[in-house]
Amino acid sequence: MAAKTSELTFSQRWMPHPLLSVVLVVVWMLLLNTFTAGGLFVGLVLGVVLPIMTSGFWPARPPIRAYGRALAFTLLVARDVVVANLHVARLILFCPAEKLRTRWITVPLELESPEAITLLAGTITMTPGTVSSDLSEDGRSLLVHCLDAPDAEEAVRDIKTRYEARLKRIFQ
Amino acid sequence: MSFIMELVIALLIVMGGAFSFVGSLGLIRLPDLMTRLHAPTKATTLGVGGALVASMLYFLATDGKLSIHEILISVFLFLTAPVTAHFIAKAHLHQNPDVERHLSPTGRDCGWSTYDRRSHHATEPGSQPDGSEQ
Repeated sequence: MAAKTSELTFSQRWMPHPLLSVVLVVVWMLLLNTFTAGGLFVGLVLGVVLPIMTSGFWPARPPIRAYGRALAFTLLVARDVVVANLHVARLILFCPAEKLRTRWITVPLELESPEAITLLAGTITMTPGTVSSDLSEDGRSLLVHCLDAPDAEEAVRDIKTRYEARLKRIFQ
Repeated sequence: MSFIMELVIALLIVMGGAFSFVGSLGLIRLPDLMTRLHAPTKATTLGVGGALVASMLYFLATDGKLSIHEILISVFLFLTAPVTAHFIAKAHLHQNPDVERHLSPTGRDCGWSTYDRRSHHATEPGSQPDGSEQ
């Protein structure tokens, strides 16, 4: 307890970013595409060395509070990406271009951490008929382009309840 | 390889090809840059996804090994597609300043960051936005 003030603890010094270490080992094993002891060893070395080398670029880590919720969110987005594909494909094939109700909408943000906002913007782009395009100067609103949105307010409400509320519970 | 496996793989490849085709068709059919942006970011993810699942099944059936490369490809695809789309949209806003009139209001005191440069000026020493120095 006494060493905590000036000295970094063992795990802070050698494992500055445990989640990144795990991700690196998994990505390395996926890249190898076979499971060997040597491959796992190299992966573990990379998983330890790379986070230490890059720790200067991670001044503040996004505090993920709920990993279970994060997994549930990933599955929800995966499902929505499939729906988005079918939806956009139908619009392209069967909807005359002049009948599309394209519009810009503004999504006021409740999320505060840049990581959470980035994730929300990415999710919006991958899901039905919306592409996130810009942030307001103070970073508190998101500009979203809709391919076919009959009702702007409903589109904003969808994004806020379906994605932002869930991300808020993961990050805050 | 059993007939059913071949059929499933063939269907997945055809489905992937169909979605890729629809995504490309969207580039021709849709009227302007912002709507065209929707086609490749969405319709093609299922196109590539279909081909990747087919590839996993094929190597599972022929070599009896689970090939997991493909999961990594789809993860990278999911990371890069929104970033690319965002950059293209931003470049579009930069190059066409008259688009600003059509944007919805920010609902804040400031404008959209592509057009509203005030905080950048405010942080530079010696250049106050109201020009009150000296």
